[in-house]
Amino acid sequence: MSVRTRATAWSVGLTVLLALVVVVSAGIGAVTIEPRTVAAILVDAIPVPVGVSTGGSTVLPLVGSVPTPSVEFVSPFDFAASRPARIIVLSVRLPRILLAALVGFALATAGTVMQGFFRNPMADPSIVGVSSGAAVGAVATIVLSLSVPFGLEGAAFVTAVVTAFVVYLIATEDGRTPVATLLLAGVAVQTFLGAVISFLLLQSGESLRQVVFWLMGHLSGATWDEVGMLALVLPLPFLLVLVHARDLNVLLLGEGDAHALGIEVERTKKLLLATASIITAAAVAVSGVIGFVGLVVPHMLRLLVGPDHRVLLPASALAGASFLVATDTIARSGAAEIPVGVVTAAVGAPFFLYLLRTREVHSP
Amino acid sequence: MSDSVQDTPETDDSGGSNLSESPESPESSESPERPDSSVIDPFSDANPAIKLDDVAVSLGGSRILDGISVEIGDGTFVGLIGPNGAGKTTLLRTLNGALSPERGRVTITDQDIHALSSKAASRLVATVPQTTNVAFDFPVREVVKMGRTPHRGRFDGWSAADEAAVEQAMDRTTVAAFADRPVTAVSGGERQRVLIARALAQETPVLLLDEPTASLDINHQVRTLELVSDLVADGTTAVAAIHDLNLAAHYCDVLILLSGGRILAAGDPETVLTEANLQAAFDAEAVVSRHPVTGSVYVTALPQSADDANGRVHVIGGGGTGARTLYVLSAAGYALSTGALNEGDTDAEAARRVGADLVTVPPYAPVDGAAKAAIDSRVEAADVTVVADVEVGEGNLPNLDAATTAEHLVLIEERPFSARNYAGDAGRAVYERLRERGHVIDSNELLSTVGELACESVGARADEAESGSDFDTDSTFEH
Repeated sequence: MSVRTRATAWSVGLTVLLALVVVVSAGIGAVTIEPRTVAAILVDAIPVPVGVSTGGSTVLPLVGSVPTPSVEFVSPFDFAASRPARIIVLSVRLPRILLAALVGFALATAGTVMQGFFRNPMADPSIVGVSSGAAVGAVATIVLSLSVPFGLEGAAFVTAVVTAFVVYLIATEDGRTPVATLLLAGVAVQTFLGAVISFLLLQSGESLRQVVFWLMGHLSGATWDEVGMLALVLPLPFLLVLVHARDLNVLLLGEGDAHALGIEVERTKKLLLATASIITAAAVAVSGVIGFVGLVVPHMLRLLVGPDHRVLLPASALAGASFLVATDTIARSGAAEIPVGVVTAAVGAPFFLYLLRTREVHSP
Repeated sequence: MSDSVQDTPETDDSGGSNLSESPESPESSESPERPDSSVIDPFSDANPAIKLDDVAVSLGGSRILDGISVEIGDGTFVGLIGPNGAGKTTLLRTLNGALSPERGRVTITDQDIHALSSKAASRLVATVPQTTNVAFDFPVREVVKMGRTPHRGRFDGWSAADEAAVEQAMDRTTVAAFADRPVTAVSGGERQRVLIARALAQETPVLLLDEPTASLDINHQVRTLELVSDLVADGTTAVAAIHDLNLAAHYCDVLILLSGGRILAAGDPETVLTEANLQAAFDAEAVVSRHPVTGSVYVTALPQSADDANGRVHVIGGGGTGARTLYVLSAAGYALSTGALNEGDTDAEAARRVGADLVTVPPYAPVDGAAKAAIDSRVEAADVTVVADVEVGEGNLPNLDAATTAEHLVLIEERPFSARNYAGDAGRAVYERLRERGHVIDSNELLSTVGELACESVGARADEAESGSDFDTDSTFEH
């Protein structure tokens, strides 16, 4: 079976899975709504562009002013669904579910790239300090009550990207960025930023609860604005990564080999690092630090589809979306809301340990 | 293939005598003169496959390669030899464009490799790395297919030409049999072939191999080099860094001996692998001879035998009777001398192999006065003299005569003397004197007997040295 066929098959299959997970998830909550009804509401809402009002607009970082769809939909099919059910699904649950899907998509993509980039199956998206950077920006904004142009998300995004760039600069010498140096620089900078965050926490006073909630990773209070923001930021870097899938495969053989096979190693590394960092930064900026998605999902998918990034990247991204929607559903469906980061970590850490043990056993 | 390496034009005007030295190199006068090693016949092809012109490369601020000038013709198998740290890998990485030279130019089929994009460069040069740790378990076929990377645009599909190149490469290297297994699950020898297949799929005129035999067993070493030889016969130009000098000598058309970042010698294996060159490059004593089976130049490295701390043994043999003794004693670490032997005698060849101090006389000539004197001095210097189960005639009777003055004497007897005496009464008389003084043993007792005697003698010498007594004291006096 050709790579293209396999990539298509996995993508279609996982897209269907994602759709199912979304439908089921939208039915779960304080008010239970049947999947059939949810599906009806969604079908009703999605394919009707005439119903989308472009009256409101949102200012987004990097893209400027963009129209935002409002929630007034025309229902040509007029499936039998109560008005409250519609409101619950479309304005309460759907933004959160879609945000979870996009964040999961982003983190799994970035994780896949970083694992390939570092030739280490244990790497994760924030290995170059992106998450810590975002956390510093967000925590500082909350604790110091800063007023920044694009709000909390803007501050987190900027500090995340700046951190990744600083780590890259520290690790680069004579135009070369050895991966091992990058890894160590990332660890050192993360430790430093950890100290900064701890210090800020001490100063936080009243806002401590808010800060801790952000740090744990959260999707509650998701808005269509955030969904739109991510939906606009993600496609370009994702496509860039996707067209470099073959280069990423060759990079797995080692940089010397990659060069001998005609890859411009340093340029490709720079591009992959930048795109993966931007993808991670965008996700972390809206959702806080949600751990383990970017580590565990690429891993599971590599076991299923193999190491070829032309298949692995889309499969991993889509599976990441499903995974986070599912875990966030667990997070919000209990008696009290738990930050989703707690759930992913609780699911992810044991799985990570399982992988660690089995790898040890199977390594020659 | 002797015509495939030559001096670059810049060095020609100095008489073409030395390939290694670049004209502007300040240290060139310090290098020993090696007039014979690098004189190569002028190379007729106007477009050599590889041309290095006064190339200097530095890594982390220190100069690794300096003044490298060489031309390599199409369809040549070049062996890059030299001690660890001589710059072999650096030279390969410069040839494939991974490292840029500080000075000089590298041209591959008339194109400056460092002016090309990485992609264009890897359509000219393919590299087989020394080791590849593939952390992810790609199937073998996928790894080979990656060899097509330089030929494919970012959005190009997989073409028929790509498929053909991959099939041919896998066929050639016989990896097709395990094409679907993960590359992490194949053996070292198989992985080596996969990497060669990947390089072949690149379809380049030049193939570089970094220690292609380093981690392989002897069967796979030979198979790998046979494969490269076949490729070279089909017109590929191959440059391989090879540690094993004998494999290099056997398979390569041309050797380049690197030492301290410079070319010490280049040319035919016969001209490069000389004892003087090996001493200069490796700081190792080695004996260069012909391999009895393959006829290739054959290098045997010797243990550092200059010091005779274990003791010095003189062996009297001939006609093959002394060879085993020489090998055994050499392996046990004794400094050896032997003679006099006719040039071409089996034992003379053995003596060269183990680096023994050898006294020879021309073929079929008897031992003359000069040779006798030479043997006398060696017997005197020796702690132990061993007389092998040798056949005695008029010609070599002086050898036995010399042994009568030995400090410690060991006679190996496997046949009765009468069965190997062709020197009549004179022979019997000399041998009787030897038997009176010496220890008569069979060959199994050789090491233990020599060991005891040498130990005693060396110990006595050390005592004398300590007490500051006369060094010339005949230590038989101690008895």
